[in-house]
Amino acid sequence: MNEPGTAVPRSALPQAGQFALELNSVSRHFGALVAMADIDMTVHAGERRAVLGSNGAGKTTLFNAITGDYPPTSGRVRLFGEDVTYLPVHERIRRGLRRTYQISLLFSGLTVIENIFLACRGVGRGRHSLLRPRRDDGAMEMAETLLHAVHLDDRRDTPVAELSHGQQRQLEVALALSGAPRLILFDEPAAGLSPSERADLVDILQSLPPHVGFILIEHDMDVALRVAERVTMMHNGRIFKQGTPDEIESDPEVQELYLGHGDNGGGRA
Amino acid sequence: MFGIERNSSRYPLGINPAVLLAAVFLIAYPLFASDFFTFQIGAYSLILGTIALSLTMLAGYGGMVSLAQMTVAGFAAYLMAILGTNSVGVMGLGWPWWLTVVIAILGAALLSTFIGAIAARTEGIYTIMITLAIAVAFFYFVRQNYQIFNGFTGFAGIKPPTLFGLYWRDPTPFYYLALAIAAFFFLAVRYGARSTFGLGLQAVRDNPRRVRALGINVFLHRIVAYFYAGIIAGTAGVLLVWFNGRVSPGIVGVDMVIDILVIAVVGGMRAPIGPFLGAIAFVLLENFAIDLIDRERFNTVIGLAFLLVVLFSPDGLLGLWRRIESKIRLPRASARLGVRANRGDWHPAGSSERM
Ligand SMILES: Nc1ncnc2c1ncn2[C@@H]1O[C@H](COP(=O)(O)OP(=O)(O)O)[C@@H](O)[C@H]1O
Ligand SMILES: [Mg+2]
Repeated sequence: MNEPGTAVPRSALPQAGQFALELNSVSRHFGALVAMADIDMTVHAGERRAVLGSNGAGKTTLFNAITGDYPPTSGRVRLFGEDVTYLPVHERIRRGLRRTYQISLLFSGLTVIENIFLACRGVGRGRHSLLRPRRDDGAMEMAETLLHAVHLDDRRDTPVAELSHGQQRQLEVALALSGAPRLILFDEPAAGLSPSERADLVDILQSLPPHVGFILIEHDMDVALRVAERVTMMHNGRIFKQGTPDEIESDPEVQELYLGHGDNGGGRA
Repeated sequence: MFGIERNSSRYPLGINPAVLLAAVFLIAYPLFASDFFTFQIGAYSLILGTIALSLTMLAGYGGMVSLAQMTVAGFAAYLMAILGTNSVGVMGLGWPWWLTVVIAILGAALLSTFIGAIAARTEGIYTIMITLAIAVAFFYFVRQNYQIFNGFTGFAGIKPPTLFGLYWRDPTPFYYLALAIAAFFFLAVRYGARSTFGLGLQAVRDNPRRVRALGINVFLHRIVAYFYAGIIAGTAGVLLVWFNGRVSPGIVGVDMVIDILVIAVVGGMRAPIGPFLGAIAFVLLENFAIDLIDRERFNTVIGLAFLLVVLFSPDGLLGLWRRIESKIRLPRASARLGVRANRGDWHPAGSSERM
């Protein structure tokens, strides 16, 4: 439960503002299927965490429980100290949570800049404005910055349906960086990216301001272990191991289960 | 569900010459058209087009196919008779015309919002079913309620005011009134489509789950859209009751409810001009098909026309026009299509709701 030894210094006021995320015996069932069982997990504010595990281990389900896309069937979720178990998705997002989706979920009828602009407006004011955004609109300026950050400047006015796969993945990341995020959930953002796009992604992750924490689901160990301070391994809907990247890499059980078998090895034992 | 056209600026001054031509034609129309064509064809098309525009806004931009838009317009029409003056001796509270108009439109918008609140938690076919059920329930309610809605008979003798020395039910003034209102809502929808709210609405259509993950309240966004659609339909309802001079349950019957859907679909939901094209085609057919066939067969003709358009041009008359246009301007269009084909080799999986 408690995870001593993280890089974040203990504050003089115990507990206050310490955790970005606290999960308390969180489970998620789909009918008879137990996708995730009894997860206890804490993530410090500003912490960078990787979540590893084979396909079907319950990683995406974990994200869905945190955001409320598929709320937990039991257990409690606290974000930035506040119990959000019964809050709808958009309320959690407005509190500083962001996410990307494993399979890009974008607005195919809108342009790239319109997608990013909506993400910036969604977490700010004026969601119902009947005016067209002006160039000097605050949200529009932020959208232009994010557009540049994910290297999509030359696709600014392209409808999303016409983007390549890699570009759609980059747009997913841009949407998750809107506003003032405090905890971002990245669901396999590097999947299907070219090596140079991967390097760009790692750059973005490493250049996030220190108070922005993230949880990263990633099969590519190089990416995951490079950017993460701590690693959580999931297996069969449960937490199997937690530790620093070094501890995880050298753990014999982990090696037997995953590292020796390639990315998708292990399966459901 | 439906792709929306975006404004193109490939014309000098950004104005499509066809748009300019259409505007001149619409303004000059009463100068050369007979009273019948000005009133029964012109004004009536504009009214039905405006009601169908409210459906296009909900369905084309919001992905919500509501069959209750005629009900909303009909409710405004009833409020005009109930709160204002009628010649039947039931209700007719005698409010001043301007207050009656404002309350009728707001009342319609509130009804639309209420319908939205019921329907907005559903999607696709379920939205159609629920709004159809509401429309049918409203029809039977007004037909059986004699205290307020005067049942089967309804109301007659509802007149627009005489203002600035003009009686607004005379063909030419009424035509210009209908044109002004239709043009206002047409431009509002066109402009609003790229506003923050409009972009958000299209995002809700494309992917409600992702919209939530951006911090936007999907349910609220949907019912606000129903409110605006109610303003549009309600205003058209006021025009409709002035046009007919009367209102009875037939106006909110299933026939009319379906007619509005047919108009919107036949016209095309990809742009706000679609419902007006559909309305013109519908009103012309309604008036002149009868010369060729029995009154009873009219619905068969409408049904067949609907089937033909849906089969041969799923995006309606609008799509048909675009295809003809692109044939005419072949060189430029094919160059553009070539570029699209190159870029369109990867299709997003993003449109699915799950995962
Ligand atoms: N929406 C859903 N409906 C039914 N079953 C689901 C759903 N989402 C996930 N599952 C099931 O839960 C298990 C864990 O899935 P998931 O969290 O997506 O795994 P991972 O992301 O680790 O690959 C799988 O067996 C999957 O089939
Ligand atoms: Mg997954």
